Amino acid sequence: MPDTSPNLQFIQQQLGAKVLQTLQAQGDDIIILDRAGLRESFRLFKEDSKLNYDFLSDITAVDYWQKKAPRFEVVYQVTSLKNRRRLRVRVPVPESDPAVESLTPLWRGANFLEREVWDLFGIRFAGHPDLRRILLYDEFQGHPLRKDYPVNLCQPRVPERKVEGTFVDERSHNKLARLKHELGSKG
Amino acid sequence: MKADAKELPLEIMELQMGPSHPATHGTIKFNLKLEGERVLDCDVEVGFLHRGFDKSCEQATWTQVIPYTDRLNYASSLINNVGYALAVEKLIGVETPPRCQYIRVIVSELARIYDHLTCCGMAASEMGAITAGFYMIEAREMITRLVENLTGARLTVTYVRIGGVKHDLPQDFAERVKQMFKTIRRLLEDCDRLLSRNRIFIDRMSNIGTISQESALNYSLTGPMLRATGVNYDVRKVFPYLVYDQLDFEVPLGTKGDNYDRFVCRIQEIAQSMRIVEQALEKLPVGPVWIDDPRFVLPEKEKVYNSIEGLMHHFKIIMEGIQVPPGETYFAVEGGNGELGFYLVSDGGGRPYRVRVRPPCFIAMGAFHELVKGHMIADIIPTFGMVNMIGGECDR
Repeated sequence: MPDTSPNLQFIQQQLGAKVLQTLQAQGDDIIILDRAGLRESFRLFKEDSKLNYDFLSDITAVDYWQKKAPRFEVVYQVTSLKNRRRLRVRVPVPESDPAVESLTPLWRGANFLEREVWDLFGIRFAGHPDLRRILLYDEFQGHPLRKDYPVNLCQPRVPERKVEGTFVDERSHNKLARLKHELGSKG
Repeated sequence: MKADAKELPLEIMELQMGPSHPATHGTIKFNLKLEGERVLDCDVEVGFLHRGFDKSCEQATWTQVIPYTDRLNYASSLINNVGYALAVEKLIGVETPPRCQYIRVIVSELARIYDHLTCCGMAASEMGAITAGFYMIEAREMITRLVENLTGARLTVTYVRIGGVKHDLPQDFAERVKQMFKTIRRLLEDCDRLLSRNRIFIDRMSNIGTISQESALNYSLTGPMLRATGVNYDVRKVFPYLVYDQLDFEVPLGTKGDNYDRFVCRIQEIAQSMRIVEQALEKLPVGPVWIDDPRFVLPEKEKVYNSIEGLMHHFKIIMEGIQVPPGETYFAVEGGNGELGFYLVSDGGGRPYRVRVRPPCFIAMGAFHELVKGHMIADIIPTFGMVNMIGGECDR
């Protein structure tokens, strides 16, 4: 479909070669953007008085394993509350170096969303203040929303974590050990 | 204080609150840094209820995803159903008949009332106002009965389908809603008298968990959390869907962005939702509740059992799933806690390639440390109550 949206044309003019493609589907403005200088591109979307996409709705990713050449695509939904428009920004990311710039300096709300993408897809966000796993535990191996992660894969058991300075009630510990010992002798 | 009096030694204490704390309904852990009873820092740990919603959806057909969406925000499962169905319909490019759209509005608003009653009732009872909590649970129970009468299930309803709703409203639905709203209004008046000008309640809610308008936008908060700061962003008004633009309702706004404003916003939204349901029932047009398109609609049972074409048609839809053209789309509805968005990617088969939910309360938990910083440890409870974190939606 030919793009008729003035906003898309304006972005194309401003960003030039960084814009790989603009399209419109089902009434949505979509823009495919190069990952170089991503934060500056989003700064334009956010702070330009004409575009005014000042609200970050969502960050997620899609894994096009064996379907597309750059394997991943990070997808941003930004909203302009003033102009009542949405914009979807898709950023292709190759498998060899899965990393994009973090948007946390622009939107603090990006913190949790980027941690989730890192957790489930293994895409790194350069400049993120605290890139830890969020939905899964630290010892989890692999990134489950990648298409090459089998749906029924079992994870190895994790030994009990030793946390420095944790109070351990020795009496209850001994009681448990005694109970285990008694059960063991019976069985 | 006398000059020679010793100062109390100040030590920063680390406390892990949760993941299963009696006052936080839902499994969530706060790693707190405390100075006495004052919260210096709060690191929120979510994910204890992570079941792999996205991954499960990729294994199911488009229709089989609907029961999974019930289990996101289980306090407003009907809104999740509606949001998902609308997103798939946007991707296909079809629109449902007017009667179906009105029914979807009615069930969405009933679910919103249910969600807000749960949130406010639980928050009140956690602060000791058990009576108000039970009044709201009584009101909630009436909605549950009505939903059970309509869909056959109390909580995980699976009522909405792609291209329609499961079946039409029962005969006496409008009459029952009328009766129910009369009782709910009376109960809410009682709650209003118990809470809204109650000194204890106001002391614990007002000026606690405050967030500025600018911060709320920066943290991508939506729903009552954002509207309590005074930002007029309701998806039903800003990006109207279904028939919301034909119905007359207001968006309650707060001024300070504290817990009390959130509470008042929610209570007033219940009143607005009741207005919407009443209007929608009045305007409810006659007609079919399914789109007239054999690609998405199961054939009638009579055809399935008596003709080979009907049986094949039924078999194809059940086994292969609805065929959705390749593409991707994002569609958002106003959920109980804010903007509930669905980002769908289809590669043209009967199964979704990617289903992503924008969970409003997961994003709200991202701003939680800001809300409780500097307050007392006891203030975490009402603040957490008014965020209305629902584990199923937050962790998916």
